[in-house]
Amino acid sequence: MDIANYDSRFLILPIKKIIDENSTTKTFVFEHSLGGNPGQFLMMWIPGVDEKPMSIAYDDGKEFWITVCNVGETSNALHGLKEGDKVGVRGPLGTSYEFGKGDHLALVAGGYGAAPMYFVAKQAVEKGIKIEFLVGARNEDLLLYIDKIKDLEGVTLHISTDDGSAGHKGYVTEVLKEVLAEGNVNKVFTCGPEVMMKVVGQVADYAKVESWLSMEKYMKCGIGVCGQCAIDDTGDLVCTKGPVMSWKYLQNLPEMGKYHRDAQGKKHNF
Amino acid sequence: MANLSVNFCDVKFENPTVLASGILGVTASNLRNVIRNGAGGVTTKSIWLKEHVGHKKPTMFGTKEWFLNAVGLSDAGIEKAKDETFPEYLKDKPAPIIANIVESSMEGFAELTEKIDACNPDIIELNLGCPNVEDEHGKPFSCVAADAEKVTKMCRERTKKPLIIKLSPNVSDIAEVAKACASSGADGFCAINTLYGMAIDITVRKPILTNKSGGLSGPGIKPSAVKAVYDIYKATRLPIVATGGITSGEDAIEIMMAGGRLVGMGTMVYYRGVEGFGEVVKEMDEWCDKNGVKNIEDIIGAAHN
Repeated sequence: MDIANYDSRFLILPIKKIIDENSTTKTFVFEHSLGGNPGQFLMMWIPGVDEKPMSIAYDDGKEFWITVCNVGETSNALHGLKEGDKVGVRGPLGTSYEFGKGDHLALVAGGYGAAPMYFVAKQAVEKGIKIEFLVGARNEDLLLYIDKIKDLEGVTLHISTDDGSAGHKGYVTEVLKEVLAEGNVNKVFTCGPEVMMKVVGQVADYAKVESWLSMEKYMKCGIGVCGQCAIDDTGDLVCTKGPVMSWKYLQNLPEMGKYHRDAQGKKHNF
Repeated sequence: MANLSVNFCDVKFENPTVLASGILGVTASNLRNVIRNGAGGVTTKSIWLKEHVGHKKPTMFGTKEWFLNAVGLSDAGIEKAKDETFPEYLKDKPAPIIANIVESSMEGFAELTEKIDACNPDIIELNLGCPNVEDEHGKPFSCVAADAEKVTKMCRERTKKPLIIKLSPNVSDIAEVAKACASSGADGFCAINTLYGMAIDITVRKPILTNKSGGLSGPGIKPSAVKAVYDIYKATRLPIVATGGITSGEDAIEIMMAGGRLVGMGTMVYYRGVEGFGEVVKEMDEWCDKNGVKNIEDIIGAAHN
């Protein structure tokens, strides 16, 4: 697999380690670097089952991780694999979050969006960048990566849960409003359900802070060919122009936060 | 600046490049984006009467030389085409649109021809040659000349619009099939569909495509496409949307010399992105200027002289 050289066949890798994150989510560690940056994704093939896009949760040049919630047939099959079992990967694919010295970031994670946000934080703290890390979930059990985030220096963690079992009771976007009101943050990155990210974009916009969202659309190829992930009404592909896209670009799209398409291209409202 | 416009069955294309069926094109906005990037026209994905679920993934991957796919013709059906894709595309239509349709029976093809005619495409293209749905639907009609002739005739009776047949290269004599279609009223052809292909991952010892077998496209198949277009042109002299491994302006010129009137590109998008359409058109224009060609139509079938 060598995307730069137009080879999009799979690299077959054994799973080195499996970590239970919570009742529905596991992290799979591979002893290999894809050279991936935060926000980028890979296509994962489980031979005999299916292939799915998954965001790269971490890549330090020696190993990479993916963190996967058990939500469907493919993720269920992945959860059934053992250390040493082999899967196919191709990537890194798509765009990444851009940041540099002098930035003060707010990272807003909804559910398992915490994984790629952690990847941003890990790289950013090494550059001495200050971070407000906002994590939201339905309840305490579904919070992800909390201990890992606490281990990072220079990161302020803000937890919120819908039921109040941990941190602020309510939405993560309510916390974002307060954090941005302090006036220190200059960039907002978010990864989570589209409807939540839309509110993040609006809240950041209101505070006059630029934001970038990680878009999730149904994908077949991940390499800019099948057209399945095209968004209305620009017709751009999320797999190549995204998944990380600016609110400036997304805010006026008619489908933003409203609908998505299935494997046959049919619209479904959120 | 050469005149790159082409007349195909009385439909005017600003340049000879068209998006081939099956690549991009899930939505009207995506089709419009292809035109914005320089294509002279677009072809829809294959449209069915009813919603059709494609194959499980992996459905596609490639190398520098070739590309393999078995999407399995996934589509939301004619209702989506009628209610969404066509109205959105035809509103301030940016360039001609070719509607590619597919069905498993001849009666289905005929019924769908009438329904797609009502959507008002510029040209109707019958997909008689997809190699990726044989397990469900049997051998494609364009693999047997008599079948191709019969289904063409049945569809011909249901539309007055230009009707072209997309032919499979997986036959012993593609010119014979083309002649059979021409005898029952085909106005032209699109050739070639993909070749049979398979790739096996030697670590897991399994075919990579979930469908096991797929359609082979990309630069490696260009000589097969040039030969097929040459043969069809020689046998029928009808207009051809020539496609198969075209990724550059010089490739496009070459296959037009074989007999292509329009040039379909699909896998090119893998190598050059959607921007590749405009780039290929520019390369064709530069070639024409360098070689004193004022009208691109002058080179169609030049290799036969």
